[in-house]
Amino acid sequence: MTRSFWLALSFLVAAPLGANDSISSSRQADLRNLLIQDCGSCHGLQMKGGLGPALLPRMLQGKSAEYLSRVILDGRPGTAMPPWRSLLTPVEARWMADRLLQEDL
Amino acid sequence: MRGILLSFLAFMLLNPAAAARGTGDLGLFIERASSSVQIVETSGNTSIASVDGLGDLSHASVVYSRDARYAYVFGRDGGLSKVDILDAKLSGRTLQSGNSIGGAISQDGRLVAVSNYKPGGVKVFNADTLELVADIPATYGSNQQRSKVIGLVDAPGHKFVFSLWDADEIWVLDMSQQTRPEIQKFKAIGRNPYDALITSDGRYYIAGLFGEDGMALLDLWNLAAGVKRILPNYGRGEQKLPVYKMPHLEGWAVAGDLAFVPAVGRHEVLVINMRDWQEAGRIKVHGQPIFVMARPDGRQVWVNFALPDNDTIQVIDTQSLEIVRQLKPGKGVLHMEFEPRGEEVWLSVRDEGRVEVYDTHTFERKTSIPASKPSGIFFTARAHRIGL
Ligand code: HEC
Repeated sequence: MTRSFWLALSFLVAAPLGANDSISSSRQADLRNLLIQDCGSCHGLQMKGGLGPALLPRMLQGKSAEYLSRVILDGRPGTAMPPWRSLLTPVEARWMADRLLQEDL
Repeated sequence: MRGILLSFLAFMLLNPAAAARGTGDLGLFIERASSSVQIVETSGNTSIASVDGLGDLSHASVVYSRDARYAYVFGRDGGLSKVDILDAKLSGRTLQSGNSIGGAISQDGRLVAVSNYKPGGVKVFNADTLELVADIPATYGSNQQRSKVIGLVDAPGHKFVFSLWDADEIWVLDMSQQTRPEIQKFKAIGRNPYDALITSDGRYYIAGLFGEDGMALLDLWNLAAGVKRILPNYGRGEQKLPVYKMPHLEGWAVAGDLAFVPAVGRHEVLVINMRDWQEAGRIKVHGQPIFVMARPDGRQVWVNFALPDNDTIQVIDTQSLEIVRQLKPGKGVLHMEFEPRGEEVWLSVRDEGRVEVYDTHTFERKTSIPASKPSGIFFTARAHRIGL
């Protein structure tokens, strides 16, 4: 089910973005693991950079959560940053963008 | 309890009266979350000690000294650590850059080279003392930008070979004279080389390309011929899937004349005929392959996958080119390492916090060792193989 399910869900969940409480705590734990381990495989476990740029709060200053979640969902064509839309809903991408902006992981 | 056992073992290892021990059946695996490694033995499949304080170990890799006593651990944070696997202790460590990706040891075992993302380049160290011997910045272009370096391997003739991700170049570094490193550069080898390997005879260096189709091949016995593109038509015009993780080219999965490599952004393993470097087939697999590794006898090739299929392993029979087995060890299967003669294989299952040992004939799970976010597994048999 997973891929088509999340894809379907990502179309259903249009708004409101940023509603963290709509993500269950167990899903939040999965997302945190994904962020650290899988995003970390390119951005570094502590987001200090690797093949992809560092994503520490001070480096993302001035970038909005909307912008970051759009990059996460759609990737950057022509670079190694993949689109995560088939694995993450917009709400989940926004949750990740907020973590990146607010926390030292 | 485990603590007591470990200190007992450490005591045994340190105590000169304890039985002397070879290292041929030893190895280690990386624990990403705890900046540590566990030292293991493959005769009884147990963990015998652990060593910590190794820094950020995401994407860490390891090479061994030629006496197979010391493991050089290359950490993501630029740390180069020398671990004594007999005494289970850290015997040297240097923070040599901001951000590194891998390393290699020279043919004579005297030099250890590290490839760095930031600042991009290669640094070469004395394998005994970890003192800096040579600093090779990976500069390119008219304003001397620095490129991230990937795919660093050792090659016969005291050489190191590596690729420049941003610059699309392959460099051959000759360290025959330590004080006068010589570099030969090959340019425009193809867009964004992401990793590379060298054949086990040390002759062919092959870089995978992320930015375009095909692979770049350099014949080290015939450098004057330059870099050749192989599999140039592979996948041209086809829409690629998002690549959630860069595939790895490590070792060389070879059976007879056939080599097996992961396709980028596709659910396929490519088969290459090494006589003419033509594509000899494509095997449909379960997801995007990350590691494609041959059992030492070449009869089987084991494949693991990127997200969202990283709970699965598939085994390809190299005679029929068919998948003969599918295993589901658990979420986050990151790496695998065969025991030196291939009867067993170790798998790290990151999200389940386990390292598992499977029989490669019966596919039965033999043992499971608890571990904290395990990733790379490295056995000492690598000490005597070119390119590992
Ligand atoms: C396969 C490697 C890879 C993976 C995995 C990866 N990224 Fe990236 N990411 C990149 C690269 C490369 C860039 C820079 C793209 C460019 O050059 O514009 C990037 C850019 C970004 C940016 C834009 C930063 C900015 O300042 O504009 C964000 C945000 C980001 N990534 C978040 C993530 C998140 C969250 C994940 C996990 C869900 C992730 N990335 C996984 C390679 C990766």
